[in-house]
Amino acid sequence: MAKFEGYIEQPRFSCAIGALQSVVAIPKAVPILHSGPGCGDMVAGFFERSKGYAGGDTSPCTNFTERDVVFGGAEKLRKIIKNSYKVLESDLQVVMTGCTGGIVGDDIESVVQEFQNEGKPIVAVDTPGFKCNNYVSHSNVVKAIIDQYVELHEDDNPARSEANTVNLFASLPYQDPFWKGNLREYKRLLEGLGLKVHVLWGPESGGVSEWREIPRANFNILVSPWYGKPIVDHLKIKYGQDYTWFHSIPIGGNETEKFLRQVLDFAVEKKAGIDKKKAEQFIKKEIDAYYEEIDNLATFLLEFRYGLPNHAHIFSDAGYVVGISKFLLHETGVVPKEVYAIDNTPEKYQQDILADLASTSDKKVIPLRFEPDAGKAQNEVRQLSHKGRGIILGSGWDKNLAREKGYDFLSIAVPSPVRLVMTTNYVGFSGGLRLIEDIYFTALQNYS
Amino acid sequence: MSKNNLKLPAVEIRELRTNSITGYDGNAKDLVEKAHSTGLKDIERGFQQCAGCSITKAACMTVLIQDAAVIEHGPIGCSTCLHDYNFTYMVNGKLRGVGAPTQRKIFSTNLQEKDTVYGGTRKLEKTIHDVYERTHPNAIFVLSTCASAIIGDDIESVCDAAEDELGIPIVSIVCEGFRTRVWTTGFDAAYHGIARKLIEKSDKRDETKINVINFWGGDRFTDWFAPFGCKPNYITPFSTVNTLKHSGDAAATVLACSTLGSYLANVLETEFGVPEIETAPPYGIAQTDRWFRALGKVLHKEDIAEKVIAEKKEKYIPKIEELREKLKGLKAYVTGGAAHGHALLSVLGELGIEAVGASIFHHDAVFDSKRIENDQLKERVDDFGDVKHYRVCSKQEYELANALGKLKPDILLSRHGGMTLWGAKYGIPSLLVGDEHLSMGYEGILDYGERILDTIENDEFVKNLQKHAINPYTKWWLMQNPDYFFEK
Repeated sequence: MAKFEGYIEQPRFSCAIGALQSVVAIPKAVPILHSGPGCGDMVAGFFERSKGYAGGDTSPCTNFTERDVVFGGAEKLRKIIKNSYKVLESDLQVVMTGCTGGIVGDDIESVVQEFQNEGKPIVAVDTPGFKCNNYVSHSNVVKAIIDQYVELHEDDNPARSEANTVNLFASLPYQDPFWKGNLREYKRLLEGLGLKVHVLWGPESGGVSEWREIPRANFNILVSPWYGKPIVDHLKIKYGQDYTWFHSIPIGGNETEKFLRQVLDFAVEKKAGIDKKKAEQFIKKEIDAYYEEIDNLATFLLEFRYGLPNHAHIFSDAGYVVGISKFLLHETGVVPKEVYAIDNTPEKYQQDILADLASTSDKKVIPLRFEPDAGKAQNEVRQLSHKGRGIILGSGWDKNLAREKGYDFLSIAVPSPVRLVMTTNYVGFSGGLRLIEDIYFTALQNYS
Repeated sequence: MSKNNLKLPAVEIRELRTNSITGYDGNAKDLVEKAHSTGLKDIERGFQQCAGCSITKAACMTVLIQDAAVIEHGPIGCSTCLHDYNFTYMVNGKLRGVGAPTQRKIFSTNLQEKDTVYGGTRKLEKTIHDVYERTHPNAIFVLSTCASAIIGDDIESVCDAAEDELGIPIVSIVCEGFRTRVWTTGFDAAYHGIARKLIEKSDKRDETKINVINFWGGDRFTDWFAPFGCKPNYITPFSTVNTLKHSGDAAATVLACSTLGSYLANVLETEFGVPEIETAPPYGIAQTDRWFRALGKVLHKEDIAEKVIAEKKEKYIPKIEELREKLKGLKAYVTGGAAHGHALLSVLGELGIEAVGASIFHHDAVFDSKRIENDQLKERVDDFGDVKHYRVCSKQEYELANALGKLKPDILLSRHGGMTLWGAKYGIPSLLVGDEHLSMGYEGILDYGERILDTIENDEFVKNLQKHAINPYTKWWLMQNPDYFFEK
């Protein structure tokens, strides 16, 4: 499949400027938009409860007019940045361009540099919507912060100076609706192994000061099918930090154990000063607690006589699609049927992702399609028919589809006006249990 | 007099058409006087936050047409928040008799960097054809974006060619964000396209049909029109391409909100011969009286109007008076879009609540009809007196946070998302009513007043939130005047 550049029905990811949410998710950071008047509104309206500290209506914006398109908006940007310091308290400012600023070719780097020269913690990044989507842009935003801000503080934060510290790059803030909870759970699990973890986003991070300490980490952890990889590649060159890469989202017992063992082995190899015995005890304790619940659950799953979903269709990014498929098949007995990665997965990663999914079972083939045109993917599912009761796990859009097919439905992806998520996690042992609760809550709700 | 040239692909923007402005700080009386004498002059702002875009306004008036498909011609980001209208359709369709609401058909041409170099028209052509094949709509609307506008894609020609081939209306809508600072121009853009491509001219009048230009609120109008022997023809949410086609033969047009419907109502009157009712929408007793009388006049059923007024007043006035007693002495602040914000100010006046201030998104000096009696803010000032701290704020949150924090009203009444939070952060009970029909008419005063009472009585949540509120604004800023960054 060639690079997908076609039209899309039912957008399920944003454009480059959508990665402003990766700024909003850093405590006390503020995105400053050099864009048309609607970009901020569009992004805020795509993700739910996405305002954070200074996103949404709070973010400064040049609100391009026709005159700015003709004469350029650099002067206006300079003024708005200057006044942002008067109006808003913030620890980091990230200036981002929209299509307007991008096409008219305003030199935002030099404007931003004037403020950098004054010692302001400010960064510029090129994010016109046509350049890429927010999965890709996320990495560009992070790299810009590292190169234009973190780098200035290298003297206080020597590269790889803390043997047992790691940087984690996993959930994309807001694009992963469970990002906050997931990052919290990753942190808890990795601390259980004896590591100190920079999660960088959300309340579990140390905010901008934690970002300054990125160079100190001994190595990096990437949990992702593909997005975010340019960040760890960049850090490898910049600070000599190697990385360990877990390709899908670890949900439930099997995958979480595998993830922790992979990190543990890597940490030992990197001489992170881990007490391996204590780490093993931690893993065992977590597994035992998990299987105590699964043991209790099994009777229900096996004996409930009124019918439960026996198969599933999934619409999400490749990491979740693979992670949930593995989890469903092995830990709930629900069989994943046709599943769809809607994240415009770059072609060069697709074979590895398919191979990862194929390793799920030597008996079953789970058909995975890479289809960013989610409306088309939905139409395929409309045509399908499998025996038994089905469940669809997807975005708010898929609730309509589930209703049409008479399937159960669980909202696990953006955009979703039909589910409220705050700090729920699907990652880890506890995430697996929560996903089970959610699946059977929605299924049982259909009984009076 | 009329500036609605249907020959042109793009609607004229509000800054030029209706002398609309996006910044003002003063009082309502002065604003109204200036609007109708010297005219209004807009300001610039030395500091701005994310405002709003015409595309979402154009989108809500097209996505919610039952049998249409909508293509956003630009990068994918420009259609991402439209999923919300799918939710609106599913939920509110039931209020409007849409039995089995169908999934909304929303597409993006997903323009790439190379398209900005070589142009995106071929991609748009293909998308239109494929959307037709996939969804079989009765019309396709194509919305422009900043990117497709700057690169100069000739959307109109692509649409015209596709229309000839496919045999359904393919409507180009010029609504890119940078074109106007008054994003309600997006409504006008959608209506302009609909008037050009869908609405048919008719020599006959259907005396039982009244166009209602509105959003997606509950159905108040069926009951109200019944005594006149008429039915509402709702434009455009939950309409069909066919009902829109025939809105040119209605007996009259009324508006739920003049900001929303000003342009289309005037086009229907001047181009299609459907008279627009000669007064502002019915908010507050005085204005509801005028509204029913104007409706009676346009339908030549003045006697019925008087009868309806008398009956309704007999039924509702005593209850409204009771409510007034309970609300006595309260102070309120209003924020929202223009005409509906004015409407809420009138409802407050009727309830005896003092409107201490308002932050309204923009101001249209005149509406397209040029009738002074359609000016809802003027009616408010004439009926109930001035609003002292009246601001036009272009949805600038920092100005609202500043102004509201100083006035500390008993309640914040809001009509648009994002702003209500600021009431709560200050511990001010805050009420957002999404359904603009709720406060309409005599019964609406009662319904809305009861909601106000409820909100004020249940203030525990906001009082608790206030204790823990996060405020990103500097102390310095909150001590300045809210118009500090205005540049004349």
